[in-house]
Amino acid sequence: MSPAEQAQIRRAARNGWLLSAPALVILALAAVGPLIIVVVYSFLLPGKYGNVVWGFSLDAWRGILFTRDIFDGTLAWADANLTIFWRSVKLSILTTVFTFVVGFPTAWFIATRPPRGRALWLFLITIPFWTNLLIRTFAINEIIRNEGLLNTTLMRLGLISKPIEMIYTDGAVFVGMTYVYLPLMVLPLFAAIDRFDMRLLEAGYDLYASRWQVLRRVILPIVKPGIVAGSILVFVPALGAYVTPRILGGGKNMMIGNFIELQFGQGRNWPLGASLSVTLLVIVTAALLVYVRYANGDDRNGR
Amino acid sequence: MAARSFSISRLPGFNAIAVLVFVVLYLPIIVLVIYSFNAGRSISDWEGLSLHWYAVAWDNDDVKDATIRSLYLAVTAAVISTAVATMAALGTTRRRAFRGQTFIYVMINQPLMVPEIVTAVALLIFFAAIRQATGYQGMGYLVAAHAAFCIPFAYLPIRARLEGMDLTLETAASDLYASDWQVFRHVTFPILLPGILAGLMLAFVTSLDDVVITVFIKSAGQDTLPTYMLGQIRRQVTGEINAISSALLALTVALLTLFFLLTRKRD
Repeated sequence: MSPAEQAQIRRAARNGWLLSAPALVILALAAVGPLIIVVVYSFLLPGKYGNVVWGFSLDAWRGILFTRDIFDGTLAWADANLTIFWRSVKLSILTTVFTFVVGFPTAWFIATRPPRGRALWLFLITIPFWTNLLIRTFAINEIIRNEGLLNTTLMRLGLISKPIEMIYTDGAVFVGMTYVYLPLMVLPLFAAIDRFDMRLLEAGYDLYASRWQVLRRVILPIVKPGIVAGSILVFVPALGAYVTPRILGGGKNMMIGNFIELQFGQGRNWPLGASLSVTLLVIVTAALLVYVRYANGDDRNGR
Repeated sequence: MAARSFSISRLPGFNAIAVLVFVVLYLPIIVLVIYSFNAGRSISDWEGLSLHWYAVAWDNDDVKDATIRSLYLAVTAAVISTAVATMAALGTTRRRAFRGQTFIYVMINQPLMVPEIVTAVALLIFFAAIRQATGYQGMGYLVAAHAAFCIPFAYLPIRARLEGMDLTLETAASDLYASDWQVFRHVTFPILLPGILAGLMLAFVTSLDDVVITVFIKSAGQDTLPTYMLGQIRRQVTGEINAISSALLALTVALLTLFFLLTRKRD
């Protein structure tokens, strides 16, 4: 490599860093940096009125799974916490699976429209994607609450005599999350299907494959990166969901996000809130790493 | 029956599911918008067309304050994040890969990867410490936080536009003795402008939509429109919320339409 070339590379790197510096400073101060403080706080003691007392302690980490008896100081499983974790994981997985089951046909439908119509259908998926999540959760709330449209309509038709209690249940949170996160599944699936070569279907059918076999053996393996991307995009925000379970689940059907908030409010246990946040972050990062591995694996196969 | 031509890409039941999905996706939103024009109190009884709830919202000082605060925040955050994202995009595209480039990508996209609740908690803790130390209670916290999480949304369309740009025009300008700044001002910037506007719009919408981070870090009396609505939903569901939601929805759809017109490929 000639000295001139080396100088050019150095200049490119210097300019790259200089131009990125303002963005990096803002992100370091108001996004990434504070995450480190959360880790530190998870090893401190809770203050009486919130905040922390400086002093090393593993209580917050123990408190994720165990509760200490007030009288004899023995440790026991924290059943309430385990219920909340289980609910979060269960609802997030259910939401991911269900958004895929209905999202895949939707993405396929959009991708197989003639070019003119396709942009419109895609736009129709994009509008809910960018619409305030609070508004969409609120819209679902208006449909399923006791005095909501569904119950009053059913009662007026004489099908039921008193409202079906749908709101403030796990089911309501599941319906709400499926509703608000569906576009996150459809968009990456669409991107994958859009690149799919439809002639492969022809080849499959020519070789006497049934529709099911073509779907399972040809389509799904090829659009797998889209499936993985969509699943991550739904699972990650679902696991950390706060607004939807708060509105549709009420106080009883908390998820991890609400449980974390509780520690900074009435719970007055900031260190526990911090250790719970770190745990959530670790789970999400693990999910993302799995995704990156899948994506790279496909690259190596020459796709 | 007329013979339906065999379509190779048709899978049984898929179209029906897709159409159903679109209906279910839009029905609650449409119901919400329709009932925002209801004269009566409830969502279930239709008592005639009226702008009553829009008037109620308009006359409510809390709503007015929250709206102004939301717009101020969204504009400030969008301008800051788009400015720094434009610079970062210029620094990380169309040049030879350099050491640390991946690090910059990861940093810029970090707000997309960390759950919002975790960022919210982190900022709550960090800003509480600063509050204690300095006593500052102003909008600075919200502006900084919003600017930060808007950066990836502003960065993506700008970078996409840059990557699709023809380098020869800039080379030609340089050959004609334009300074670096002149090249940027008269060649790069005008071509990049649609990408920058698209980034501004996405950042604006992202800031306007935020609930979780804002709820955690706002000082007393710093409600934005979404946090005000969240508070109201807990208390009592009113037509006022329907009206505010519908107005926000209209704004989002208008901005998205504009965005699509800006980024549409001319072919």
